[in-house]
Amino acid sequence: MTGNQIIFYLLALLTLGSAVLAVSTRHIFRAAVFLLFALMGMAGLFFWMNYAFIAAVQIVVYVGGITVLIIFSIFLTQETGEKLPQQLWSRRFIAALASFCALAFTLTQIFQHTFNASKQTAIEVSVQQIGLQMLGTNQYGYALPFELISILLLAAMIGCIVIAIRLKPTS
Amino acid sequence: MMTLQQMILLIPGIPLFAFLMLGLFSKKIPGNYAATAGTILMGVTTVLSCFVAFGYFTAFGKIDGIYQPMIPFLYHWLPLTDLLEINMGILLDPISALMLFVVSFISLMVHIYSMAYMKDESRIAVYYAFLSLFTFAMLGLVMASNIFQLYIFWELVGLSSFLLIGFYYQKPAAVRAAKKAFIVTRFADLGMLIGILIISYEGKSLDFISLIDHFTNSPQQISGTFLGIASLQWALALIFIGGAGKSALFPLHIWLPDAMEGPTPVSALIHAATMVVAGVFLIARLFPVYAIAAPVLLEGIGYVGALTALFAAIIACTQTDIKRILAYSTMSQIGYMILALGVAGYGAESGLGFTASLFHLFTHALFKALLFLCAGAIIHYVHSNEMRDMGGLKKLMPITHLCFLIGCLAIAGIPPFAGFFSKEEMLFAAYQHNRIIYFVSLFTAGLTAFYMFRLYFSIFWNKPFQQHHSHHGEGGPAMMLPLIVLGIGSVSAGFIPFGKWVSSDGRPLISHFHLSFSILPVLLSLAGIAIAAFYFFKKKETVETTVNAMGGLFRVAKGKFYIDEIYQFVTKKIIFNFIAKPAAWIDKNLIDGLVNAMGNSTVSLSNHIKGIQSGKIQMYAGIFLIGVIGLAILAIYYWN
Amino acid sequence: MTLEPGLYHLLTISTGLFFIGVYGFLTRKNLVTMLMSIELILNSVNLNFIAFNKYLWPHRLDGVFFTLFVIAIAAAEAAVAISIVINIYRNNRSINVEQTEEMKY
Repeated sequence: MTGNQIIFYLLALLTLGSAVLAVSTRHIFRAAVFLLFALMGMAGLFFWMNYAFIAAVQIVVYVGGITVLIIFSIFLTQETGEKLPQQLWSRRFIAALASFCALAFTLTQIFQHTFNASKQTAIEVSVQQIGLQMLGTNQYGYALPFELISILLLAAMIGCIVIAIRLKPTS
Repeated sequence: MMTLQQMILLIPGIPLFAFLMLGLFSKKIPGNYAATAGTILMGVTTVLSCFVAFGYFTAFGKIDGIYQPMIPFLYHWLPLTDLLEINMGILLDPISALMLFVVSFISLMVHIYSMAYMKDESRIAVYYAFLSLFTFAMLGLVMASNIFQLYIFWELVGLSSFLLIGFYYQKPAAVRAAKKAFIVTRFADLGMLIGILIISYEGKSLDFISLIDHFTNSPQQISGTFLGIASLQWALALIFIGGAGKSALFPLHIWLPDAMEGPTPVSALIHAATMVVAGVFLIARLFPVYAIAAPVLLEGIGYVGALTALFAAIIACTQTDIKRILAYSTMSQIGYMILALGVAGYGAESGLGFTASLFHLFTHALFKALLFLCAGAIIHYVHSNEMRDMGGLKKLMPITHLCFLIGCLAIAGIPPFAGFFSKEEMLFAAYQHNRIIYFVSLFTAGLTAFYMFRLYFSIFWNKPFQQHHSHHGEGGPAMMLPLIVLGIGSVSAGFIPFGKWVSSDGRPLISHFHLSFSILPVLLSLAGIAIAAFYFFKKKETVETTVNAMGGLFRVAKGKFYIDEIYQFVTKKIIFNFIAKPAAWIDKNLIDGLVNAMGNSTVSLSNHIKGIQSGKIQMYAGIFLIGVIGLAILAIYYWN
Repeated sequence: MTLEPGLYHLLTISTGLFFIGVYGFLTRKNLVTMLMSIELILNSVNLNFIAFNKYLWPHRLDGVFFTLFVIAIAAAEAAVAISIVINIYRNNRSINVEQTEEMKY
């Protein structure tokens, strides 16, 4: 086994193991921490694939933003010491069965399929390349979705404020 | 200086503007301002109308000595086919010029009169808005250049009549009368609409000029018959039914006496001078078609007119309500106009009846509006419509007395008042053409004099009037001015050389007066007056003996020949029981049942399946997952 | 299947991650933990995009952009979801998913 392979399998184990623990532990705070590890493992996989920029974004947004947000909301809404209530055994069994069957089905499909790789030469995934194409308005430019995403973020921001705002009772 | 087109568009435009303004801001404008504004705008319209009408008659209307129909304005509105199109245009010919003058002039008089008569009314702005709407519609009607446009304004006139009859909507009788007028005229208008459709199909046009051209010049090429009668005859008869409904001809007259529930100035404008002569106008508008293509039908129309004239005059002799007597006399006089049209032919001397009819329309508008406005003043003074509450008003209301007397003399046909000239012409036309109609109308002339003077004597003579009514005077200058103007008109209008201006074919018609012929009708009218005076000044017993001697006839006439009861019987007993009730049963049990069954089954079905909508998110998600997997399996293994 | 990590390995990881998220979504009772499961699902999609971009489409950057957009949308979604959760907590004093069934029929 080469070092490359060892790193890959370790990262895969970290990601999947933390994910399983994150959905199965009965301590909510631990669940959040396992989620964080799963996301970190994912960022590691991105590094492993040489997509350093995506890995950085993954860490900044998911690990630094969303996980922290989730932990805040846990503090706001939950007494962290208590165990979560257990779901019905039958429900868990049915959910596990359904998920497993779907997983098996999907994997079968994937392995039956032969992917055709493009023969063209790879380009370097540098931040400069990404930036130029994302704001480009030429054939492969992504300026329009970029603008749409910014509008969506603004709308989400306003929506959050509107939903979470506590109105004083009008008297 | 305005062009003719601008002027002629302003004529209906100004009342429409007044209607919109007064109607929209009726709550905002103080009543007296609304009245003044409406009257001033109406005055402008009248000036323009007079200008156009006299300009047409004296300056630009005549080409080669013949009055030509002209279209100063035409807007192509709905082209249906190449030939058949519904336009909005203005047609100017002797008839519409005459009507333009009559409508706007009488309307102005009524506007002025109403300023005093309605001044205590809280909804005066609404009242003036409705008057403006009516004037707009009536002006549009008389100037319509095609028959469909005429129909639109025809219905608008009916609507404003409905609104004004029901103006005192707190009174149940007024509401009933308004409904009755609307339903009866609407029923007649249905006939008219069918007639318009047939005639536009036959004539390949809706335009009056091309229709008349088509039916009078080209040889008859009628495409269909129904029950052995050519479809053109049906069309003309159906159009006449529409006119009969509006003009209250027998047997569609039942709404007119009830319409007297409206304010009296409205009765003067709509139900005496202008709207009710719309039927006469309609026949006159299509007169060449009637005279050339359907002479037999025209003869029948003449008989309907004669019957209406006689019938209404008999009823008028027995009524006691002052406005109803005037209403029946209006019916009778419209009958005269229709019978005069019926005895006329197209062109030259035989067109005398046509000229006479429109002449009578003109003079009748003046003196009948005068009589109604006088009646309004009297009712204002006495606070009652009943003849027995009046009497001895001669000294108390001198101007009204004089004007009413002029009106009575005019309608009775005593020379030299306006009614004499027009009535003599009509009688002469009838004499030349059809003796039966002549004798009926002669007898009716005598009756007319009798019932009008019966009314006159019992209002103004005898019986010292109780003082407690007279807490105010005869009425202000706003009420007296229209009376005086219309009184002067009723005296002098007969001397207008009418035949020179309005004739069936546009050529001047010189009417000759046959003094020897006039003696008989005038003598009959004088006899009628004398009989009225005799009965009035004799003792009560004489009247009662006569009434008893007449016996059944009197009772039947007082009951208006039970026409209303016949209608009631037909609608309530026959139509309700045999058509409406089964229809209602089917509606209630079959159609409603079907609809209810559909509704109930939906409710029970949804009660059964609503449990699926459990609100459990994870259940939804699970089912969604199963569904997606299922679809994927289907897509991959089955549909591939 | 070789030991050398490639596209199939990455797809296996992402599929596994996806169904772990699905399992969590179906079994958790707490709204915040359900939200975590959704984050896992979204991440597995990201991994797919990147893997396809690397192994099948190396001359272009479309997968990278889609991943970036998914991350942005996930951030927005997380923010909105958490504000909803806080609002529900304010009304119900609980964020148990079984307490949020007022909207049924």
